[in-house]
Amino acid sequence: MNMIGEMADQSTTRGAIRIEDVVKVYDPDGAAVMAVDHCSIDIPAGEICMIVGPSGCGKTTLLNAIAGFHDITSGKIYLDGELLCGPGNMQAEPGSDRIVVFQNGALFPWKTNLENITFGPMMAGKLSKEEIYDKARSMMEDAGLSGTENSYPGEVSSGLRRRVEIVRALMNDPKVLLFDEPYRALDSLTKSVMHEALLEIYYKNKVTIFFITHDLEEAIFLGHRLIIMSSRPCKPKKIVDVDIPHPRDYSVLTSPRFREIMNEAKGVVNEEAKKAFEAGEKEG
Amino acid sequence: MSQSTDTSSMSLTMYRISSWLKSPRPYLMFIGFACILAFWYFSVEVWKLPRFQDMPGLTEVFSEWFSKDPYYGLSIYTPEYYKHIGISLRRIAFAFFLATALGVPLGLFLGWSKTLREYIFPLFEVFRPIPVLAWVPLAIIIFSGSETPVIFLTFLASFFATTLNTMLGVESIDESYSRAAYCLGASRWQTFLHVVVPGAMPFIFTGLQISIGVAWFSLVAGEMVSGQYGLGYLINTSYMMIEYPKIIIGMITLGVIGYVTSALVRLAGDYMMQWRVRELALGDN
Amino acid sequence: MNINKLKKKLPGRATLRGVIAIVAFVIIWELGARSEELFGYRVPFLGLVPAPSAVFVSWGTLIGDPSYWSSWYMSFLRVFGGFLAAMIIGIPLGLFMAVNKTFYGMAFPSFEVLRPIPPLAWVPASIIFWPTQELSIAFVTFLGAFYTIVINVLGGARSINKQFLQAAQSMGASQWDMFRRIILPATLPSIVVGSAVGMGITWEVVVAAEMISGGGSDGGGAGGGLGFFIWSSYVGGSYEQIIVGMISIGIAGYFSSELLRQLGGYLTPWLKTR
Repeated sequence: MNMIGEMADQSTTRGAIRIEDVVKVYDPDGAAVMAVDHCSIDIPAGEICMIVGPSGCGKTTLLNAIAGFHDITSGKIYLDGELLCGPGNMQAEPGSDRIVVFQNGALFPWKTNLENITFGPMMAGKLSKEEIYDKARSMMEDAGLSGTENSYPGEVSSGLRRRVEIVRALMNDPKVLLFDEPYRALDSLTKSVMHEALLEIYYKNKVTIFFITHDLEEAIFLGHRLIIMSSRPCKPKKIVDVDIPHPRDYSVLTSPRFREIMNEAKGVVNEEAKKAFEAGEKEG
Repeated sequence: MSQSTDTSSMSLTMYRISSWLKSPRPYLMFIGFACILAFWYFSVEVWKLPRFQDMPGLTEVFSEWFSKDPYYGLSIYTPEYYKHIGISLRRIAFAFFLATALGVPLGLFLGWSKTLREYIFPLFEVFRPIPVLAWVPLAIIIFSGSETPVIFLTFLASFFATTLNTMLGVESIDESYSRAAYCLGASRWQTFLHVVVPGAMPFIFTGLQISIGVAWFSLVAGEMVSGQYGLGYLINTSYMMIEYPKIIIGMITLGVIGYVTSALVRLAGDYMMQWRVRELALGDN
Repeated sequence: MNINKLKKKLPGRATLRGVIAIVAFVIIWELGARSEELFGYRVPFLGLVPAPSAVFVSWGTLIGDPSYWSSWYMSFLRVFGGFLAAMIIGIPLGLFMAVNKTFYGMAFPSFEVLRPIPPLAWVPASIIFWPTQELSIAFVTFLGAFYTIVINVLGGARSINKQFLQAAQSMGASQWDMFRRIILPATLPSIVVGSAVGMGITWEVVVAAEMISGGGSDGGGAGGGLGFFIWSSYVGGSYEQIIVGMISIGIAGYFSSELLRQLGGYLTPWLKTR
């Protein structure tokens, strides 16, 4: 029934996320700001799940909870059936099975691109240095990054930096990649290139992708499903299935089905955006 | 698809120097210096302004400084001059390196560990407002001899500045970096080594430049009050013995050496943080 | 809910830890200072220091002594006098350098060449130049704060977002308008920071100058001040008073900086909303 089943030839059972009735309240004894309001989402393994919503509505809080940077007030989050956080332990441990790609990029500026990419496996210390570096070089080649190994992140373009960051994550064979509006600061031309590059990488490495964005076009182009969130507090308001088959390329953007899905989603998104605007939400 | 540029830092420096020479800046600089020196010269020797009566004049100071047989016994040709410089430098080096060796690790740990900071920082902040020179009598009481109190004072000033700036540096590091490290599977200690320490480096070096500045400040004060030899001592004794040109020679020497040591710290920082030099040189992209 | 509100009123864990460390320190100090009489063995260094209990007693006596408070007064006067002079000359100078490139090119290198000379190195030259000792101390104090303030003003003015100026220009602002309504307020935060740092330096210089002139000349021509108080306590052999003096200056310095921070917060209310 859903798209993931149709891609089952390379299916994986890793990386299924289950968010069960999660609530997050900041400063419970004081201002008591509810960021996430009884949110329940089921993400099958290998799905590209796009979380769409106006700024400041609490999407990042959800991502942080999965990644283990924040605790939750109540509810449970499972990864592949195992409890990440829930009663007894309200904050997950950050780990290399769920890696975050940050909004403003978190490549270490003091390490070269190659050193950044090999960071995870080097810290784990399970493979030898040669093995790690060989794997890194071949992954960089796959991603079109050959030749930039010994440059520092500050010396290359931001588009290239994003790709390095994604390769850095993939080196650790994660189950889930968590993207927090990673292409927000890029111009739309670079963005399109990034989208295609991301999909290429996705087709080679099956991971579950949890992608936060406010760009509807980006969401429909990349995702299997859109989960449109209401403005604060954050709660799934509408789920839109994107039944355009993978693999996709930029021609999808002008297809009629794309327009139809866009129309379906746009009304809801605009409504929530207006609410956020009137509430004077600061950008998250 | 490589987008890195292969600029060596040498060619970058050469470029910077040549573009500086072509701008009006070096000429304005000389005009500025000339104005001040001219003012000094005219006010003491030509117009003979009343306030400037006892001040040593420009020609007097410079002829003394560069003469092979100086009237007061101090010039660039006398070994005594270098003895004073050497002793001051030795004291600064010792105090500064000790303060850095103790202050940087302490600052790093204070910035990194909330628990440690909650215990130690208030105690630190109780001591910090006390001017370093207020410690002079106590230092003389505690430490025997005239050398140790001076070095202790210099060390103290440097230590506070270094620790504080290092700690603030750690706190200024973007949270995303340590979060990324944890995501990638690094332990707390690994994150400290690979994220906190390199990340704090720019702030540490800014702090070290401040630190060497205050070290000179305290050293000079200490030398004026206690101790033998050194530039502060030179200035003070020259005043007492009414050998005024030596005061100015001492002051100028202090200025030059202070500037050089500060520049050395900055260069050391540039060397250790190649990534930042390249990043700053190429601008944001 | 009520228990939680009560919890907020009591000192938090962080404060408790800080207090524990300070108390532990005082205890170690007391034991070390009186080690000779308590244990029959004098701890090196610490054993020579007056004990906190003795310091406390001494302070009790001093609180009733008017000359102690006049020392406070003298030092404060010098600090604020020199500091004010540094602001009055330094802020306009810094702003002018930021605005006028030619002046900057001429003045800044000279400024940077003079800056590494520690203010105290100027003391003898200052004494020769100025007629009274008070003025010579004031000059040196002025120098101490002056450099910091100018550097901070420059830094603040130069980091003003060009777009603010462009926006104002497109709305028809005159040069004077731009200066008064954009450059000045935008530089205020840096001025505030520079002042707080400069205040600390000013105290250092004042104390040093008071000690040196008090220690150098006989009877201290300039008269009083906390620095001189410490020095004369040392010379007179009342070591407990030295520490009273040190702590007094620390408190005085802290209060001055705090005053400046409050004033700064009042002048730049927009920073609080960030």
